Amino acid sequence: MAEISKPLPVPTIETRPFWDACKRHELRIQRCGACGYYQFYPRIYCARCFSDGVEWVLASGRATVLSFTIVRRPVSPAYAPDVPYIVALVTLEEGPTMMTNIIGCEPEKVEIGMRVAVTFEDWNEEISIAKFRRA
Amino acid sequence: METLKNKVAIVGAADTEVGVVPNLSATQLYVKAAKLALEDAGITKNQVDGLITCVSFVEPYMYHAEMIAEYMQIFPRYCMTAPSGGGTTLAIMHHAASAIATGMCDTVLITMADSQLSGLSRGKAIEAMAGAGHPQFERPYGPPIPAFYALLARAHEHAYGTTAAQRAAVAVACRKHASMNPAAQMRKPITVDDVLNSRMIADPLHLLDCSLVSDGGAAIVMTSAERAHDFKTKPVYLLGTGEGHSHEHISQARSLTTSAAKEAGERAYAMAGLGPQDVDVAELYDCFTPVVIIELEDLGFCPKGEGGRFVEGGRIELGGELPINTHGGLLSHCHPGHPGSMFSITEAVRQLRGECGPRQVKDAKISLVHGQGGIMSTHCTSILGSERI
Repeated sequence: MAEISKPLPVPTIETRPFWDACKRHELRIQRCGACGYYQFYPRIYCARCFSDGVEWVLASGRATVLSFTIVRRPVSPAYAPDVPYIVALVTLEEGPTMMTNIIGCEPEKVEIGMRVAVTFEDWNEEISIAKFRRA
Repeated sequence: METLKNKVAIVGAADTEVGVVPNLSATQLYVKAAKLALEDAGITKNQVDGLITCVSFVEPYMYHAEMIAEYMQIFPRYCMTAPSGGGTTLAIMHHAASAIATGMCDTVLITMADSQLSGLSRGKAIEAMAGAGHPQFERPYGPPIPAFYALLARAHEHAYGTTAAQRAAVAVACRKHASMNPAAQMRKPITVDDVLNSRMIADPLHLLDCSLVSDGGAAIVMTSAERAHDFKTKPVYLLGTGEGHSHEHISQARSLTTSAAKEAGERAYAMAGLGPQDVDVAELYDCFTPVVIIELEDLGFCPKGEGGRFVEGGRIELGGELPINTHGGLLSHCHPGHPGSMFSITEAVRQLRGECGPRQVKDAKISLVHGQGGIMSTHCTSILGSERI
């Protein structure tokens, strides 16, 4: 399994709720209870109003492609079986941007503005990675 | 408010041999660059009382500048290591100027080098390639460094209709200038078609849209404008400098098409009391061709979205309206990693002294140097002049 040697994310005390949700195939981000701002990645305070009232909420999982590239030369040998693969930035319906892979789609068919939906790839029992497919 | 304008000068500048330099270690390159810059300035190592380095990827030390001071057996009263390069290099010059202006030290040596090409084991090379990006929220998706910049290029294409041929014009200009610079690593002229026909690395970036991997070092000596006339060289004055910092990770960027080069440039122009129309030669950070197009826009050389059209027709080549990267830039002169922007500074100094021979920009009096680091994350612009203004 080539994927075994891909760099496994190591959850921290701050990011654990995100990774625990991914394990359940849920995309969770933070929302500020004071000003309503959504943020990703997780932070101790709201990055807009700096209040400490950030809460974990379930994201819709719907997003649009902000930009993308087709990677022809893998970043490391562990990614060689995936070439060509799409690295994309997607804007979640709630506002934040995430890096991701667009999967299940011919690379040449991907375009900026395309609507996508979250899906999860289980890397092991602890880590599932949020990826996106055409909606 | 008092500013650094006219207060500090570069009185020594030099590069080591660059490109493939297997006979010198990273540390040796730092010290050789230092020696050459001191010789250029006409001073001994004992006259240096401030030392700044950037950390070496190949031969890292926790206290890198102290290590170089120890190696050279100098005992500065101001000593600092920059943890990274790119835009940081010019920010370091900003720090050095502040240290001189506030009396922390009189004469600062900045030396930066690395042996990215010859000094890296295969494992270290893979680590260098894979080490970019947020460890939890970017790296799992497998972005090699060119992919980060491809995201910017694609967004700029989509927003403004920028083309692959326009990006290629940046690579062609840099190579043309490198062909006139005996020191450059890649000197064979290329065409737009050569760029477009080179291997696709990360769509839409081809191999020749990407900068080099190199060995090499460069150093400068800075002192106060008052003391500068005691040196044998023609001083090059710092007229303005400014920084802008917008993010670390590209997935957190405020914009993919407008960078903090805008703030850096505005701050530098404001300090100098100059504008883009006053610049005779620009040395811009060119790790990938789309970066130059975005910088030209953000630094005010053309309106936002016009960068692709601006680089066409030889405008950025020697003899054009705004020659850029007259040494060949990171795309064709050399790119040893962190020190990249140092070669822009030493080239700007040579241009303002009138030492560039066939690639000299005629009557160059004002040069703008811009560096960026991270993924368009951290920016610093410096405006240098052959005279105080």
